[in-house]
Amino acid sequence: MRFIPLVLRNLMRRKVRTIFTTLSIFIAFVLFGVLMAIRAAFTLGVEVAGADRLMTIHRVSLIQLLPKSYAEQIRSFEGVTDVSHANWFGAYYQEPSNFLANMAVDPASWLRMYPEFQVPEEQKKAWIANRTGAIVGIDAAKKYNWKVGDRVPLISPIYQKPDRSPWEFTIEGIYDSPVKGTDKTQFFFHWDYINETFRAQEGIADQVGWYVVRVKDPASSDRLAKGIDALFANSPAETKTATEKAFVSDFAGQIGDIGSIMTGIAAIVMSFILFVAGNAMAQSIRERTNELAVLKTLGFGEGRILALVLMESLTIAIIGGGLGLLAAWVIIAQGDPTNGMLPAFYFPIRNLIAGVGLVLLLGLGTGLLPALQARQLKIVDALRRT
Amino acid sequence: MNWLSQTVAVTGVTLRSIGQRLGSSIVAVIGIAGVVIVFTAVLSIAEGFRAAMIGAGDPLRVIVLRSGSDTEMTSGLSGDDAKLIVEAPGIERGPDGPIASPELFVIVGHPMKRTGSDANVPLRGLSTAGMLVRPEVKFAEGRMFTPGTNEIVVGRAASRQFTGLTVGSTVRWGEGSWQVVGIFETGGSVAESELWCDARVLQPAYRRGNSYQSVLVRLPSADTFQTLKDALTTDRRLNVSVIHEPEYYAQQSVVLQTIVRTIGFGIAGLMGLGAIFGAVNTMYSAVSSRTREIATLRALGFGRTPVVISVLIEALLLSLVGGLIGGGLAWLAFDGYQTATMNWQSFSQVAFAFAVTPSLLARGLIYAMAMGLLGGMLPAIRAARLPVVTALREL
Repeated sequence: MRFIPLVLRNLMRRKVRTIFTTLSIFIAFVLFGVLMAIRAAFTLGVEVAGADRLMTIHRVSLIQLLPKSYAEQIRSFEGVTDVSHANWFGAYYQEPSNFLANMAVDPASWLRMYPEFQVPEEQKKAWIANRTGAIVGIDAAKKYNWKVGDRVPLISPIYQKPDRSPWEFTIEGIYDSPVKGTDKTQFFFHWDYINETFRAQEGIADQVGWYVVRVKDPASSDRLAKGIDALFANSPAETKTATEKAFVSDFAGQIGDIGSIMTGIAAIVMSFILFVAGNAMAQSIRERTNELAVLKTLGFGEGRILALVLMESLTIAIIGGGLGLLAAWVIIAQGDPTNGMLPAFYFPIRNLIAGVGLVLLLGLGTGLLPALQARQLKIVDALRRT
Repeated sequence: MNWLSQTVAVTGVTLRSIGQRLGSSIVAVIGIAGVVIVFTAVLSIAEGFRAAMIGAGDPLRVIVLRSGSDTEMTSGLSGDDAKLIVEAPGIERGPDGPIASPELFVIVGHPMKRTGSDANVPLRGLSTAGMLVRPEVKFAEGRMFTPGTNEIVVGRAASRQFTGLTVGSTVRWGEGSWQVVGIFETGGSVAESELWCDARVLQPAYRRGNSYQSVLVRLPSADTFQTLKDALTTDRRLNVSVIHEPEYYAQQSVVLQTIVRTIGFGIAGLMGLGAIFGAVNTMYSAVSSRTREIATLRALGFGRTPVVISVLIEALLLSLVGGLIGGGLAWLAFDGYQTATMNWQSFSQVAFAFAVTPSLLARGLIYAMAMGLLGGMLPAIRAARLPVVTALREL
């Protein structure tokens, strides 16, 4: 500990270089954090998809609807513990550019199916009891400044009321989630409310967009998925069933390689910044090989010299990298920069740990190499070098 | 000695000495080149997507949707609506009647070549006038579908991105099977991501009765747009919006543009900061290695401004080289790169090519020079402030 002033002195010997090296490392780690968040966002939250949930859609495409009557048939399957359904409503609030994911669902079974959507008990009861009630994710509620009790008009180009007036919903609850990466921008309301309006219309009445099926044992998912599809084979509405994870990752796959190209290029450049910064750090130690020899002459043991050097390089790495990761954390905590298009924008813990590992590796690596080189030198030779 | 010739002389000395400081100069150049690569490459995604979307728009074409719908996907028009729209005034007329095509737009799940998993492929049902509305369509292979049959034609880009879409093959979606009889081209626009068939065959296959989703209309001249728009929006029996095709496609690309631009500018901005720090480091060491030289010049009577300018010019030159290398590499690596993504407004696939445009390259260069200028500023000021006597004493 008493050598800390020595380490600090060495760091301050070339102030400008130390400061800018630290800043470069800082930037590299901010980039690292932001890239990891973008990567997670482009997978659309596949990490939080439930392993015990299956999704059943129309075999031709997800815009085709399925009869409501399928629910009971799916429920009677051995190994199926719950069934819920949803319709993509495609409505907007005030302006079409106000992106809001909104779905008509069956409230009770929907909340059972997605325990990660947490709603206070009395709000949950109020929502289930109110046919025109809705719940909204906390992020969307913040964005549009909605409170419980607010009346929200939504306009859906897909489901237009016969008199073309907007649909009116009352916000009965606001959901939050303890699970990172859960989409907290969605808006859910009663499927019954929509359905009764279209009671007479064939092709829309009693039709749902997709089913969500909970299975008792995730290992039996594939068998059950095949079973469900076989049940409806050769019917007017054939189905395609797969795990929620498979659906989400397929959907993310459709965004294409642009996400991976963007992160790929930036990752290469980030490693380059790190390489240059690391080189500068190693260089500043290499320059002082003769000083290390002086320390040796004064009786410093090899271990102690190594520790001194490592302390110096680790200080730069930890200050730059640590602050960088912290800044990335703060930036990411501001949420989705694209205003609702990438709701799963968060800093995965796994990547944060990897980032800390990278900081330590940078500090140790840049100090260790020149220190080991210095150790091999004889004191006399080292002193001769200037 | 006047000011200008001083500047030229000092700058000449500065530039000739770059060779002695090659290592750190190269680091600065590479740093800036890296930033420009990222900047150009990421924005070329947005440019390419926009080009595919804008290229699809013809100012003489107008799309009629149900009012309130921002994409064909969510629009719906009954058969009667479609008849009224087709007969409206202001539409160009051919020998067989008005050049207007009521159309269906659905998506089918079909496997992508890249991942092997299903993607949302747009399938469009055309009416008889469909090809008259789109005179730019050319067939690269095969022929147009025969109306009334289960034949489809496939866009060039769709055929490249999805499996089994070649002339002569048969594809199945749900109960129906379809024969691929032709591959068409529209100059790389978004239409090439689509599959086309006869609307009357698609209607029963998707249980759409006699309904459509949009009517695509050709105008005889740009002036008749208002006539058509007025006629349709004042008709009490209709509830439609009338949009110029280029405007419609520009709207369709808004979401993806926002995503790519936010991310692109964010990343390039951060990395730009990193590169500026790199440039500052480089220029500082350049200045400090030339301390004696600069002091000698000052002692000989050279002014401060020429010294400042010479340092800035060096920084600018280095960043210019970096910008050129970065832009060139981005152009080599990414211009024309074929890919597909999802159009967030209709969830359907759009194939497009990255476009490294001249304006993008110019913006990259300007960005590089700005980084160089910012990075050179502090060291230049330091060079000018060096006290002559102490500097001369320095080793």
